Amino acid sequence: MPRLTQNETHPVRFTLNGRPVSARVQPRMLLTDVLRHEIGATGTHVGCEHGVCGACTVQIDGEPVRACLMLAQQAEGCEVRTVEGLATDDALTSLQEAFREHFALQCGFCTAGILMTLDALFLRQPDADEGAIREALSGHLCRCTGYAPIVQAALAARNRIKGGPIDA
Amino acid sequence: MKDTVTERFVGRSVARVEDPALLSGHGRYIDDLPVSPGTLALAFVRSPHGHAEIRSVETAEAARAPGVVAIITGKDFAARTRSMTVGVKADVECWPMAVDRVRYVGEPVVMVVATDRYLAEDAADLVAVDYAPLGAVVDPVAALSDDAPVLHPSLGGNLINERRFRYGDPEAAFEAAPHRIGIDITYPRSACTPIETYGVIASYDPGEDAYDVTANFQGPFSIHAVVARSLQVPGNRLRLRTPPDSGGSFGIKQGVFPYMILAGIAARIAGAPVKWIEDRLEHLSASVSATNRQTRIEAAVATDGRITALDWDQIEDCGAHLRAPEPATLYRMHGNMTGAYDIPNMAIRNRVVLTNKTPTGLNRGFGGPQIYFALERLMDTIARRLGLDRLEVIRRNLIPAEAFPYRTTSGALYDSGDYAKVLDRAVAEGGLDALYARRNKARAAGRRYGIGFACVVEPSVSNMGYITTVLTPEERAKAGPKNGAQATATISIDPLGSVTVKVASVPQGQGHRTVLAQVVADKFGLPMDAVRVLADVDTMRDAWSIASGNYASRFAPAVAGATEIAAERLRDKLAKVAATQLNIPPDDVIFEAGRIGAAGNPDNNLSFARVAATAHWSPGTLPDGVDQTMRETVYWTPPELEAPTADDGVNSSLCHGFIFDFCGIEIDPETAEPKIDRYVTMHDCGRILHPAMVDGQVRGGFAQAVGAAFLEEYAYGPDGSFRSGTLADYLLPTMVEVPEPVILHHETVSPFTPLGAKGVGEGNCMSTPVCIANAVADALAPEGEAPDIVLPVTAAKLAPSIFGDEPAPKDPVPETKADATTGGRKLTGEGRAMVQASRTDVWKMLLDPATLDAIIPGSHGVQKVGETRFKADVTLGVGPVRGRYKADIDLSDLDPPNAVTLSGQAVGALGTGGGQGRITLTDTDDGTEIAYRYEAEIGGKVASVGGRLLDGAAKVVIGEFFRALARHCGGGASSGALARLRGLVDRVIKGGRS
Amino acid sequence: MKPAPFDLVVANDMSEALEALHQGGPEARVIAGGQSLVPMLNMRLARPTTLVDITRIPELSRIEANTDRINIGAAVRQSTLERWPDLADRLPLVHAALPWVAHTQLRNRGTICGSVAHADPSAELPLCLIALGGTVTLRRRRKTREVAARDFFQGMMSTDLAPGEMIASVTFPARQTGTGYSFREVARRHGDFAIVACAAIARPDGTATLSVGGVADTPRTLDLPADPQGLDDRLNEFAWHLQARDDLHATARYRRDLVRQLGRATLEEALSCRD
Repeated sequence: MPRLTQNETHPVRFTLNGRPVSARVQPRMLLTDVLRHEIGATGTHVGCEHGVCGACTVQIDGEPVRACLMLAQQAEGCEVRTVEGLATDDALTSLQEAFREHFALQCGFCTAGILMTLDALFLRQPDADEGAIREALSGHLCRCTGYAPIVQAALAARNRIKGGPIDA
Repeated sequence: MKDTVTERFVGRSVARVEDPALLSGHGRYIDDLPVSPGTLALAFVRSPHGHAEIRSVETAEAARAPGVVAIITGKDFAARTRSMTVGVKADVECWPMAVDRVRYVGEPVVMVVATDRYLAEDAADLVAVDYAPLGAVVDPVAALSDDAPVLHPSLGGNLINERRFRYGDPEAAFEAAPHRIGIDITYPRSACTPIETYGVIASYDPGEDAYDVTANFQGPFSIHAVVARSLQVPGNRLRLRTPPDSGGSFGIKQGVFPYMILAGIAARIAGAPVKWIEDRLEHLSASVSATNRQTRIEAAVATDGRITALDWDQIEDCGAHLRAPEPATLYRMHGNMTGAYDIPNMAIRNRVVLTNKTPTGLNRGFGGPQIYFALERLMDTIARRLGLDRLEVIRRNLIPAEAFPYRTTSGALYDSGDYAKVLDRAVAEGGLDALYARRNKARAAGRRYGIGFACVVEPSVSNMGYITTVLTPEERAKAGPKNGAQATATISIDPLGSVTVKVASVPQGQGHRTVLAQVVADKFGLPMDAVRVLADVDTMRDAWSIASGNYASRFAPAVAGATEIAAERLRDKLAKVAATQLNIPPDDVIFEAGRIGAAGNPDNNLSFARVAATAHWSPGTLPDGVDQTMRETVYWTPPELEAPTADDGVNSSLCHGFIFDFCGIEIDPETAEPKIDRYVTMHDCGRILHPAMVDGQVRGGFAQAVGAAFLEEYAYGPDGSFRSGTLADYLLPTMVEVPEPVILHHETVSPFTPLGAKGVGEGNCMSTPVCIANAVADALAPEGEAPDIVLPVTAAKLAPSIFGDEPAPKDPVPETKADATTGGRKLTGEGRAMVQASRTDVWKMLLDPATLDAIIPGSHGVQKVGETRFKADVTLGVGPVRGRYKADIDLSDLDPPNAVTLSGQAVGALGTGGGQGRITLTDTDDGTEIAYRYEAEIGGKVASVGGRLLDGAAKVVIGEFFRALARHCGGGASSGALARLRGLVDRVIKGGRS
Repeated sequence: MKPAPFDLVVANDMSEALEALHQGGPEARVIAGGQSLVPMLNMRLARPTTLVDITRIPELSRIEANTDRINIGAAVRQSTLERWPDLADRLPLVHAALPWVAHTQLRNRGTICGSVAHADPSAELPLCLIALGGTVTLRRRRKTREVAARDFFQGMMSTDLAPGEMIASVTFPARQTGTGYSFREVARRHGDFAIVACAAIARPDGTATLSVGGVADTPRTLDLPADPQGLDDRLNEFAWHLQARDDLHATARYRRDLVRQLGRATLEEALSCRD
């Protein structure tokens, strides 16, 4: 029975945005800390560390989850996707473009998590209506925008994604 | 030079230059910045008490913990620093961490520096602080009473400053007026709570005795002086830098400055760079919040609703310490205390008190929510009292358009406006008539629907001297005048002809870099991407002054204005250079499409880069009178911002925008939940530089105001315990709770700012809470006396009005008393247990340490230290939440073998508890009935983060004790009998009557 | 805000999990989705010495539907159940309640059984389990037992779970023909713990039950005869006897108001949607 003992580091391996990564971490280390400070993927932000704010939302095997509520070791073997994995070749995706066009971000701190939730939503539900978008985004706190432009951007992105090939 | 440049960018909603990086995870926030190898992590031991003396601090065990490099107590810290400067004349010290006494929950007590944050927190858990709890006071009015606990003995009381002001002849006006109408307002504590918390990276260079601090500080940089003084170094030995990106601030990140001092000293003692990223629990309990305030406001009113005088009595609660720049919240609005109204006479009494709560600081709206809530609730009250239309009362008092620039009675100079016109436009374009129709229809159907109004003058670009209004004119004369609001901008052109703009505006997400690129690109006739803007600050390299930073909505009017001036100066210089090369008079030079050319002769032109590069590559060819410096730095300050006058007049801000809001709110008949049906907000913020960003500011402020109106409160228990320690307790609105407001604009250009713009960032934080409150009041009571509306307006507060008198139960139910309005309360409960033992045996057990040790769940030992005194070491908790506590227990009122009172205190890593319980024993047929009744207070971390669950948890923990006692008495019984007994005990303990 | 140290056992099968829990004693805890536990670890409110991760045990990831019961394994995530195609038909009450459980990002990790084990008095899933008369299957080394939900929940975050024991699954009785189900909730914000949550079940014979969460230390149930006389009085007595308390988010009185108001509305809805 594998027992990862406390106060010692143990290897953890997963794919991050399609690339295999590994780190040696203690059992207690949170996924957010491993992503940010061991691997150096700082696009995922930490806002509350108790699952409420949504800033740290990443995709695990395609589903948006709170990285602050996951032990890094629980990501063993998983496909982890973060905001750094959205755009390829420096080109923004339709979703990111829509956020820019609709001024759906100000400080940008909560944005990474919101993008990961919407990206997963549109993949699962390309015709998500405004109600579904609001429901999905109710798990994210934004303190700058008042939310309305985020909804507009999401709707615009959905229309674009529905109308043409899905980016990236 | 002809000013024929058509503005291609300013005034348009161009895409933000900030966004590509922020959207792809490449922002550079403080926690993303690279640090030197060997950088250590800092964690804090914080006070679990609202008020206590520190008896001793035991750090030896923590110092031995893995990874620990330094442990620093308040005394260690104070030995190397000076108390922070306090903004009033008072005999009081202000330390960033507790030295010998704690005064609020969350106050830093010990710093732990270790190789990583996990290890630092492990060691922090091992620090043992012995506290002697003191009485706490959290209510500002109670803090003024003679018998209130005193936070700072050197002050002799909790009142740290009092001033009275008199403008015009208020006494005569009140005497002459037919009506004197007043209300009392309790404004609660809330904060705009950025999603990114504080962060500091500090290092110390002993060779130069210099500190290098990077922090997500937002300004004002007057604070740099406070930090340098406290660190006891000259300003040039405190290098303060800010990261390129910041995850929101809304004023709050001004409050990071005490941590700059703390981290600086920690780095110095540890001998290595130190990094601290605040966590959310630290942020909620111990960053800063807005002030809560108790206000009495009265108006002298004519029969037609015209107000001739105001009388303000404000009691401002700044928390445990008066930290710079407080009491600025109380004085920022001093010039505009008459709001949008032409009121010639005014009296003001301002008192600043200290209470056992977190120190206050900057927060979006800064002082505005507090005064406008009072003023606009008063307008509503006046209309009700006189039976007048509310909008008509507002109209009759508005400052007339022809009065601008208008000097208020307390000294502000309102730059521009046409309030009546703006209001009329809002009424028409916002659809007020239709809203009235909606309200009437709803009311006809028996629904609760109300409409509210709010009229607000939104000040921006603070006069750095306004805070000195807190001093008497004599004190001010002695200290020397303070005034102005310097903004800086540097523009340089490099040898390839590209343009760099550098400002000290420290944006926190507002898009400053985009707007400045618009302004400068227009000025030079360049595409926006030819201009690169840096807005982060390095005090050792950049142009800055005390007013630098991101606050008081100063960006568009001041910083963008300074940039405009710098660009103009550089353009004039380039025009002279180009004129020589093009062989035309400088006046004929135009800047267009990346070229500098002759007006009216399109073929005669040169590339911008070529002209701009001349100074670098061949300065000798420059025309006479043109120097070779392709860099222009402007320090701009508006002359209108003068120091307070000898009779306490103060132009507290440069610009004054105008907002008129109205909204419709319906209260759900089934759940009493209030819901915004429609919200219209009309703004006049002068010239609009970027419409989408302006609307972004309006929506963002509106959403925060919706939070303040319905959801958010920093709640404290009467013992000083903090109750809003998580984001599940301090409730920020989500997408579901924030409706989209209808936003309208009117542009009255400011004559006082280079671009004609005024600030716009804070207005809805001032207008929206009271607009909502007025609508709720209208829904609850369409006519007659106004109900008292205290924010946040929750369904629970509205329930008695909506559901009426509560039906009593037929069967009596044990009373459970509590005070939910403060969020803090005593936990009370009672229960019964049946045990199979005689009364005498039970009595003996309760008094025998060995028995108690055996039966208390989680006991690690019970010691009898006196005839009626015990010490216990126990693990207590519910479910997975368990903590180890050391408890002192006293027995009193002994009535053997019938009754006894237990009282005690428990202290542990999760917090503190205290309380007492009365136990009575009664014979029954097959044993003894134990009845108990308890009252407990719980503080510290578990109270901050688990408030919702405390009552139930206490019930479980106490119930477990008696279950164990019952089990103990049934010892030797068969498991079946034991189970029966447990079942019996469980049933009674759980009070399962239903 | 970082967890204190603990050992982590990633169990591959039940025997590994049960052995680790046995060895760990009272200070060992199961982690599945961790959506309730990890916040408490981060705040250091909980300091288990051993965590046993059960999410990789294949048999715990099953949803098993029989003619009259739905058995849900301990590693089944809330979102998995939410997307189970038969949910609306077989478990209409749970179908109505699940969207009220926190937010989609938390349901993607959080498990049904984890919410039951956590026993928060305001949580929706324990309320549904009690309302429907479901059971909890508990396993420890060499022993399996099934406990009725009403006996499993003993108080605030307190359950019948013994040291060394874990929830293997929970079982919900499936929808019965002619029965109406309704769920309503009031929370401060969307996704927050309930101030009051109501689950009503109306049977073909007109009898009904109203179960209420968020008020007492555990969800409580009121049985109502067919066509009850004086429903308002009954609801009022029920409301008072739940012994509501004030807290930061609501007064005791408001909770009683909601039991009366929302309780009635939920019952009426259940009665009207019998099919």
